[in-house]
This record gives sequence, structure tokens and C-alpha cells, in this order.
Amino acid sequence: MTAGLNLFEQQARNRRLTVAWMALFILFFAWLGFGGDFALYLAAAARTEGQVPYHFPWIGVVVTAIAAITAWVSWRKGPQQVLWSTGAREVTTPQSFEEKQFVDVVEEMAVATGLPKPKVYVIDDPDPNAFATGRDPASACIAATTGLLAILNREELQAVVAHEMGHVRNFDVRLMTLIAALVGVIVVLSNGMGRLLRGGGGRGLGLLGGRGRGKANGPLLAVAAVVFVLWVITLILAPFISRIMAMAVSRDRELLADATGAELTRNPGALASALEKIETHEAPTTHIKEGAAHLCIADPLGRDVNSKEGRLADLLATHPPMAVRITRLKGMAFQQIKAAGQLPTA
Amino acid sequence: MGTILFLVVVVVLLLWLVGAYNGLVALKNQTVNAWKQIDVQLKRRHDLIPNLVNTVKGSMNFEKDTLDAVVSARSRAMQSGSGGGVKETAEAETALTGALGKLFVVMERYPDLKSSQNVRDLQEELSSTENKIAFARQFYNDTATNYNTRQQQFPTNLVAGLAKAEIAELWEIEDKAERAVPTVDLSLQKPQG
Repeated sequence: MTAGLNLFEQQARNRRLTVAWMALFILFFAWLGFGGDFALYLAAAARTEGQVPYHFPWIGVVVTAIAAITAWVSWRKGPQQVLWSTGAREVTTPQSFEEKQFVDVVEEMAVATGLPKPKVYVIDDPDPNAFATGRDPASACIAATTGLLAILNREELQAVVAHEMGHVRNFDVRLMTLIAALVGVIVVLSNGMGRLLRGGGGRGLGLLGGRGRGKANGPLLAVAAVVFVLWVITLILAPFISRIMAMAVSRDRELLADATGAELTRNPGALASALEKIETHEAPTTHIKEGAAHLCIADPLGRDVNSKEGRLADLLATHPPMAVRITRLKGMAFQQIKAAGQLPTA
Repeated sequence: MGTILFLVVVVVLLLWLVGAYNGLVALKNQTVNAWKQIDVQLKRRHDLIPNLVNTVKGSMNFEKDTLDAVVSARSRAMQSGSGGGVKETAEAETALTGALGKLFVVMERYPDLKSSQNVRDLQEELSSTENKIAFARQFYNDTATNYNTRQQQFPTNLVAGLAKAEIAELWEIEDKAERAVPTVDLSLQKPQG
């Protein structure tokens, strides 16, 4: 019933992915920060002999400082920001029968996983959707739209919450919060440095350009130019590449959470029918912006890429095609019925 | 050279011993804790039943047998809960689940009762508690199975005596009828297995 790996292996895998992302990010930063310095240093070295008049890697130091602060803030504040941006309100005392049921179902799933009960949030939006966020199981939050609470029956709601609880238990929420923080930093830095380059870029380009005093070291200057061009290209492509990577991780985690959810409720059929209902109601969830899209059970933006298979969709979608997910769940449900010996004889 | 090799072997063995011992103790405590979680939910159910009975008593006093069955099953479950082992508790609670299921089925015949907000809330509360009991049981059984497997597997079984590990009893559903009872009308109980 699990997707081949047990819980321990899942968590270990997520931990490895977390470390890999951190490493990649640090490398990327070293390049983004000190690559520029390196190019400028080479350029300066090409032009002078002996003492190089470029002592302090100011780009690298400034970039590292900004990145560290921004990443730390969004790591600490990320979950709250996501909830805030969707206009979610915490349910402490349920106002309606639906909310009561939602809180109950979350409690049930907390019992099933043996984890502390996550905080429960509701978003006033008629389009059915749900997501989980947080840094670890203790700080996890589960949010659902009022539309979801309205169209699903108890079992289906339980299945959706089980899917979200799967994200919590497998530490997906931590990985996704981390990735969101890192991608955010990259985007901010890329934009900021792009602006700096356009504005005061004359200096960097001037250093690289041939306005030296005639005794410039040609080959070294060429190397400096190549490094600089590569640096600018990474700067431009960075947000795009980091988003694609984040989406790849997200798609992978969705299928896994489907499996975990089915394992928790022992009822894969309910999740399949919940997904079917969500899909037929599919319309953009206006309250959920792009920043939280990868967290949701179904793509809130209603983008076409998420319903297609193929290379481009593989790159750009945050979720696997709904049809694939439903088929897999129905397969699990079939196996379950078969194992229980309750198949109707034809 | 020989001494160093010997020392390395001894240190590795000691480290393994500590790891295996601590692992078993951790699993044992997890199992105990998982059992406590079932207890919390069972107690919650015991507390909720008088409420339900009082609420529905007026409208369905000619179903006295069903109500009495629930009340007596509750008191038996409470008795075995305070002192009984896994098996007795499981049996008494299973009986209570069955009696409650019958009550819910009977309640279906009273549309007034079902449409009352109070009853609806109570019923949601109880069915949620039923679900929590089922999930807590599932979690306990998983944890206990983990613990049992670990202490029986070689080479951890060599340390099992030292860590005072004993096979934890699983909460099994004895009564075949219980599996079938409440599934029909309320869609409260997920299919077992």
C-alpha cells in the first residue's frame, strides 16, 4: 500500500533532499556572490602587474549577508506568511457543523499518525482546495477552503486531511518551506542584482572593457570576460531553474502523500472520489496565490500544464496529472478489495 | 596489532549493545504511549455516552433495550478499563462499539431526532471519537508490531532480556459481527483491514 518505501526511508530521503538543497543553494550562492568578485579580480589582475588593486570581495560578502538574513526570515516566518497571503483564519472554536467536522477529522488523523494535532485553518473561498505548511510536525498547519468543506462528505474530507497529514508526517512541509525560502531568496537576489547591474553596471563592464592603460594581459582579460558572462547568465536564469527544481520536488511529494494518506485511512477509494470532485469543480482558487500553489492538494491556479503529461508539463507543473493520481488510488482500492476477497464474481 | 584489533572489536560490540538496548527501550515506551492514546479516546467515549443517552431518551423511550444495552456495555467497559489487560479491555470496548452501532441504526428510524442540531453534534462527536479509537488502535498495533519484531529479530533478541522487553499484545477485533455493524448508514466506520 505504501509507494515502496517505508516511513523511515521516506523521512531519510527527505532529509537527504533537504541537505542536497542546502548544499546546492550554498554553492549557488558562493558562485552568485563571489563569481562576480572573481571576474572583477581577474579583470583587475589582467590590467596591472604585481599588486592587484582589488582587495575586498564586496559583492560576495553583501550577497551572502542579504541571502542569509532573507532565508532565515522566510524560514521562520514562511508558514505564517503563506497562511496570511491566503487569508486563512484559524479555527479555534468551530462556527459551523462543517468546521466542527473538519477539526474532528484533523484530530482523527493526528491520532492515526501519533503526531501532535496541527493547527486548523479555513479559507473563505468557494473553490475546493487544501494545503499543509509548517517547519515540523509540532508547528504544522492544515488549511482547507470553505468550498472543500462544502462539497466533500466526511470520508472524502478525511481522505484529503490524511493526504495533508502525510505531508506533515513525511516532513514534506519542512522541505517545501525550506525550498520556498531558498527560491524566494534567489528570486530577490537575482532581481536586485540585475537592477544593480543595469544601473551602476558601467563600473563592472568598464573594468572588463578595453579601457585599460594599454598593457592589459589579453588572455587573462578574456577569461575574466567569460566568467563574467557566465555569471550574468546564471543570475538571469537562476529564478527559473530554482522554480523548476522546486516543482519537480513538489510533484514527487504529491504522489507520495496520496499513498501515505491512503495508508492512514486504509481507504484509497475515498481520496480518489475526493480528487474527482475537486477536479470537476476546478476553477482558479482566487485566494491562493502562486507562492502557495505547490503546497495545495490540487493546483489552485487551474493551469493547463497540470492536466497534461509530457515533457513540458513535467517541467512546469506543480502537481502530477489528476488522472494519474486518481488511477493510482483506484488501483490501490482495487487491491484492497481483492485482498479482502470481496470482489464480485463476474 | 592484535590488542588494537581486539579493542576495536570490543568497542564496536559495546556501541552496538548500547544502541540495541536504547532502541528497545525507546520502542517499549512508544508502545506504552500508543496504548495511553487509545485510553484517552476510550475515556472520551465513556464520557460522551451519558450525554447521548439523556438526549435521545425522551424521544425513543420504547427502545429501552437498545439504550440499556449501551449503558451496561459502557459500565462493563469502564470496569475492565480500570485494571483489565489488553484482551479484556478490547473485548468490552468491542461490545460497546457494537451496542452503539445498534443505537445509531435505531436512531435512523427517528427523523425528528436526526434533524435536531444537538443530536447531530453529539453524533458527530461520537463518530469522531469512534474513528479516533479505531485510528489509535491502528497506531498502537503498528507500534507494538514494530516493537515485537525488533525484540525477536537477531541479533537484537540477545539484548531483549537485558532491556526487559516483552511481547506486546495486539488489540485484535474478536467479534466478527463488529466489523459489519455500523458501516451501512452513517459512513462512520472505515472498512477494516
